[in-house]
Amino acid sequence: MTNPIDHESMLDMYLFETNQNLEQLEQLILASEKKNTFDRDDINDIFRIMHTIKGSSAMMNYQMISDLAHALEDVFFYFRENSTALIDYESVSDLMFDGIDFMKQEIEKIERKDPPDGEATELLGTIQFFLERLKIPNNEEVSSTLVPAYYSVNLRYQEGCEMENIRAFSVIHNLKEHCSSMIHLPEDLTSDPKAAEIIRQQGFTIHVQTDLSAKELEDLLQQTIYLDQLTIQPETDETTFNRFEDTKPTEVKTSNTSCDVIPQKSQEVNETHQIIAQTYISVNVEKLDKFMDLVGELVIAEAMVSNNPDIVGRDLQNFARASRQLQKITSELQDIAMSIRMVPLEATFKKMHRIVRDMSKKLAKKVDLQIIGETIEVDKNIIDHIADPLMHLVRNAIDHGLETQDERTKKGKTEPATITLEAKNEGSDVLILVRDNGRGLDKEKILQKARHNQLLHKPEEDYTEREIFNLILLPGFSTNEQVTEFSGRGVGMDVVSKNIESVGGAVVVDSVYEVGTTITLKMPLTLAIIDGMNIRVGRSIYTIPTTAIKESFRPSPKQIVNDPDGNEMVMVRGNCYAILRLHQLFKAKADATTFDQGIFLMVEYEGEVFCLFADELLGKQQIVVKSLPNYIKKIRSIHYLAGCTLLGDGSISLILNLAAISQKGGR
Amino acid sequence: MPTDSELELEEDTQKGKYLTFSLGSEDYGLEIRFVTEIIKLQPITEIPEMPDYIKGIINLRGKIIPLMDVRLRFKKTEITYNDRTCVIVIDIDEVTIGLIVDSVSEVLSIPDEEIVLPPDLKKDSNRYISGIGKVGGDVKLLIDGMKLLSDDDALLVEKMGERG
Repeated sequence: MTNPIDHESMLDMYLFETNQNLEQLEQLILASEKKNTFDRDDINDIFRIMHTIKGSSAMMNYQMISDLAHALEDVFFYFRENSTALIDYESVSDLMFDGIDFMKQEIEKIERKDPPDGEATELLGTIQFFLERLKIPNNEEVSSTLVPAYYSVNLRYQEGCEMENIRAFSVIHNLKEHCSSMIHLPEDLTSDPKAAEIIRQQGFTIHVQTDLSAKELEDLLQQTIYLDQLTIQPETDETTFNRFEDTKPTEVKTSNTSCDVIPQKSQEVNETHQIIAQTYISVNVEKLDKFMDLVGELVIAEAMVSNNPDIVGRDLQNFARASRQLQKITSELQDIAMSIRMVPLEATFKKMHRIVRDMSKKLAKKVDLQIIGETIEVDKNIIDHIADPLMHLVRNAIDHGLETQDERTKKGKTEPATITLEAKNEGSDVLILVRDNGRGLDKEKILQKARHNQLLHKPEEDYTEREIFNLILLPGFSTNEQVTEFSGRGVGMDVVSKNIESVGGAVVVDSVYEVGTTITLKMPLTLAIIDGMNIRVGRSIYTIPTTAIKESFRPSPKQIVNDPDGNEMVMVRGNCYAILRLHQLFKAKADATTFDQGIFLMVEYEGEVFCLFADELLGKQQIVVKSLPNYIKKIRSIHYLAGCTLLGDGSISLILNLAAISQKGGR
Repeated sequence: MPTDSELELEEDTQKGKYLTFSLGSEDYGLEIRFVTEIIKLQPITEIPEMPDYIKGIINLRGKIIPLMDVRLRFKKTEITYNDRTCVIVIDIDEVTIGLIVDSVSEVLSIPDEEIVLPPDLKKDSNRYISGIGKVGGDVKLLIDGMKLLSDDDALLVEKMGERG
């Protein structure tokens, strides 16, 4: 801990694990709340998570978190021991959520390198009070139903865990409160120097008389750190127990060899735990990016070798065979590298459960959350970008979209208020829909508001229904008169649309009055790869996303129209489109300056159709998008370029940003 | 991850060492700690709307870096690139950039006492020069890397662009 670097990596690990644990915990409690019961597995899981957080926080010296985890652990310990206890699920969930929120806050502080200085004393008090109240009516009942039983237990620690005697001592310490009597071997754990050695060789044997069932005892002992093997054997009666007192050494051997149903089961449990641990590893995103870069380079290098001018045109059978193999492996490797970045939407969607729960509670609206298509995978970058917007949308939908229960009844809406989160694939895009069955958008109100805020740019009657709905995405637009705790600060929808647009997506609003609203986020599947068409202008190569290209053509001179302002247009099938000369746009030298030399590309962006004029088409290619060097961006941000990419021969092409170009071209 | 003392050590061995290169008849020196490598000139991809001294970008083993023509940066006349034209790849404050120079000479040790401050001729003229190093009978103009990359010039270009 004295070494700062070491501490740093431990801290990273701690933050990562604790965040994961808290998330899992939240899911567990939400699920339990829905079922309105905590089943045995849930309680065990929650208990285990609290235990882990308690331990690791104490180790990192975060006392408040550790104390809080300890208190919550106590609550669940009580549930575990008293399965018959009458649990007020709602208040338990509330308590847990309060606890989780506090811990999350603290963790955030630690992540920001601020001291975790939150005070949870009040919360701790509430938890304690809650636990006390639980205990009073139930205690007698519980103790009367259980008959003390005898067990012999043999514990073995993993090899090389050291200080076995101290570990054994802590086991005894934990057991003490549950056992009416207990004998253990070796007897003297603290002062006998041989104790550790004996435990290492023969295991640690305990004979106990306890109220706990064999299962409960097993669960309790499974918590032991560095546990390798656990054997629990019920003793039939008290006499055997007493007999062991005299013949301790022999018993050690017999209990070593005895194998029961219970230990086998515990082994199984251990194995499944291990499998889970091995299925996923967490990787630093930086390393992953580096890996992606290298794979990208490998693909280019492979193309450079296979298409090397020195060998082109020669009949080299063996070489061809070997290079085909190389090609196959590299393309497979590329596929895998790309898939590594893909993450299912599940986790992001599930986070919304919590928001729905909190909101529906505070606003007293009963809301169901439905999730569809959460298994769809999208690029990690995109997940990062949609988490916040999605939260905004869900909040908005509950706050503004859905009516209160009374209103719904008045309107005769029988179905429960529902928010639906849906993800689906559409071509190279993924659509994320946030749908509510609430009151829908009021066109009149929106127009009125837009008029008031001077957001209208053309005569009102020219606005289509969709255009009206999309007005709510403009900055400074909020239809709700009242500013509430959750939404309606006038920011929100515009932030959502800005965030989505920043990763090349789009937001579309659809609504039917009194039936509901659907907000669709249209996102590219991945930021990393797009299908691109390479075109040449002079010496430069540009790339356009293939999906945007409608057609390429070379018009006859008759089709070209010049207006008095010097704007060039082309007539295609009765429609008139603006022409944008790329070489003029980029002030570059082009080979083709008259329209009969080059080629026209008709492109569409967001309904805006226009024609680009370039020298020639070079072909289609899957490209890996890279951003321009920061230095270049700092000198001058070039709106017309979305980034750059490496071509098969190692040269660079520039990716056009159609969003920016369409604004120029569409006009 | 190197510890602080290692970093200090590394800095120590690099201290006072300069990579020298020539532009026309003058010799320049650049602190060696900024330099990552020296490469031959590669095909450059032009970027539109850049100041003339930014020649474009190149693909350096998968990493895309901008190239600056130091001649043009110092407002000298442009020459056509030849076999001796080199690119010095430098890394300053996490910014990687390639400097196009006429030719690279050698790495020299110039102790601090051999470095004099540039005369304050005109207010703006010595912006990129942090000192003048004396090596034998020769004079090396020592470049201030930070100022070379600072974008006050670029801002000016932008403003002019806006006006135009």
